[in-house]
Amino acid sequence: MDNSFKRELIVDNASNPFHKKKIEDASYIKANTHNESCIDNIDLFVKVQDNIVVDAYFDGEACAITTSATSIMIRNIIGKTLVEARSLMKEYLKMINEETYQEEKLGELNVYQDIAKQPSRKKCALLPVETLEKTFNIYEETKK
Amino acid sequence: MHREDFLMFENNPDLIYLDNGATTFKPKEVVDKIVDYYTKYTANAHRGDYDISQEVDMEYESTREVVKDFIGAKSSKEIIFTKGTTESMNIIVSSFMKNYLQKGDEVLITKAEHASNVLPWFELEKEIGIVVKFIPLTDTYKVTLENIKKVVTSKTKVISLAAITNVIGDIRPIKEITKYAHENNILVVVDGAQSVPHTKTDVKDTDIDFLAFSAHKMLGPTGVGVLYAKEKYLEVMKPFTYGGGMNSRFESTKELEYKDIPLRLEAGTQNIAGVLGLKAAILYLEKVGMDNIHEHELILRDYLIKRLQEIPNITVYNVESESGIVIFNIDDIFAEDTSRYLNHYKICIRAGNHCTKIIKDEIKVKNTCRISLYFYNTKEEIDKLIEVLKDNKKIYDIIL
Repeated sequence: MDNSFKRELIVDNASNPFHKKKIEDASYIKANTHNESCIDNIDLFVKVQDNIVVDAYFDGEACAITTSATSIMIRNIIGKTLVEARSLMKEYLKMINEETYQEEKLGELNVYQDIAKQPSRKKCALLPVETLEKTFNIYEETKK
Repeated sequence: MHREDFLMFENNPDLIYLDNGATTFKPKEVVDKIVDYYTKYTANAHRGDYDISQEVDMEYESTREVVKDFIGAKSSKEIIFTKGTTESMNIIVSSFMKNYLQKGDEVLITKAEHASNVLPWFELEKEIGIVVKFIPLTDTYKVTLENIKKVVTSKTKVISLAAITNVIGDIRPIKEITKYAHENNILVVVDGAQSVPHTKTDVKDTDIDFLAFSAHKMLGPTGVGVLYAKEKYLEVMKPFTYGGGMNSRFESTKELEYKDIPLRLEAGTQNIAGVLGLKAAILYLEKVGMDNIHEHELILRDYLIKRLQEIPNITVYNVESESGIVIFNIDDIFAEDTSRYLNHYKICIRAGNHCTKIIKDEIKVKNTCRISLYFYNTKEEIDKLIEVLKDNKKIYDIIL
């Protein structure tokens, strides 16, 4: 991916994020994460049925990296089973942490492949994954 | 003014530092004072009979005198050294107010206060059942005596305010408030973190009961600050730590006697280097002149606001700021992205909520970019800032 394409994708998702809206519907699981070292603060609203992510929204105030990463991430997990979503998130985590990962699995999420060059931004890119995991855990807890 | 006195400028010639509300640079005098203590007369205070220990004693206690004169206190007994504003505020609340106040008593603060003037009160509310109430702010987020009168009741016992707020930058009418408060048997606590470094402080003239401030925001070292209180209140204040230095004697029979103030309230070895650094900082500030400092900051602030207003997609939230604190955002850009962009040009500002997390209820915006000026800032630095901000279309090209 060339740099100008990456930038364009990030800016596009930061300026016009996918599914950025506060959801009041109780059938959505809500979780919040804020970045302790800075001021990003996002809420995720995720609807899971029969272990499939059927819908997801997010809201909050965050930097361009967090906002765009959340936007792209939720667009990519809607319709996936929890196993598939977690597998994607796992590859994403590996990429952010500069470990060997399966590039072909991540598609447009590869825009963050150089984020580790700016260590202070890693947390911004990880915020959506952290929050999604919370919602999945809540879903699994309530199913027990 | 006086940039040549600061090694930070010499070592970082391109740096533009506009985050003085967070901390300030240190002049050579302060650094030298600390180095001298650690290299020429290292010893503990109030302990030894040898020369260097007495020198430390003299330096340490003379700092109390210097602080007393600097804030216009009646006696050096009224000066207690602490770790900083936050600790001073916590001590006022937990070691004095906890015993002074009773369930149902009301404490007035505002939504523009720093966390250290909010959370200790919230905790005391949970602990003993006082009631923390908010003084309504005006349309320009200021405190007026008129608005205070609206919320004062027969149960109001304390008004606790910053003299200058760290986000809005307004100067509160502390003298007027204190006069009214005392007529109504209300104590006044002042958070001086943003005021003491920038304006003349006179606790006798304003007649305030308590004051807290930090050395590091006024050219001094980190980890040291001051708690001022009127002698009669310190006399009855419960020590917040016990140990060496604060007792006169204790026996196995558990008989004990504590020293008089101020030493009773300074248990353990204090931050001696820090206290000595604070002395050098105050002497330096007096040399520059507090009135000159305030005047220079106001000129810079006017210039900064005027120039920020040249940029169409920038909103300044506190045009009526009365200090060197200015908050703004670029439209549709997250504050932290703006500060990262400015960082690319070695311009240091603060992005966020500035530890004032409930001001968002008032200004309707959670996060802002804050510029906080000091006397060593210049118009040329502001020009450079404006030049970079005018070019803000490039922001994502730079930070992504």
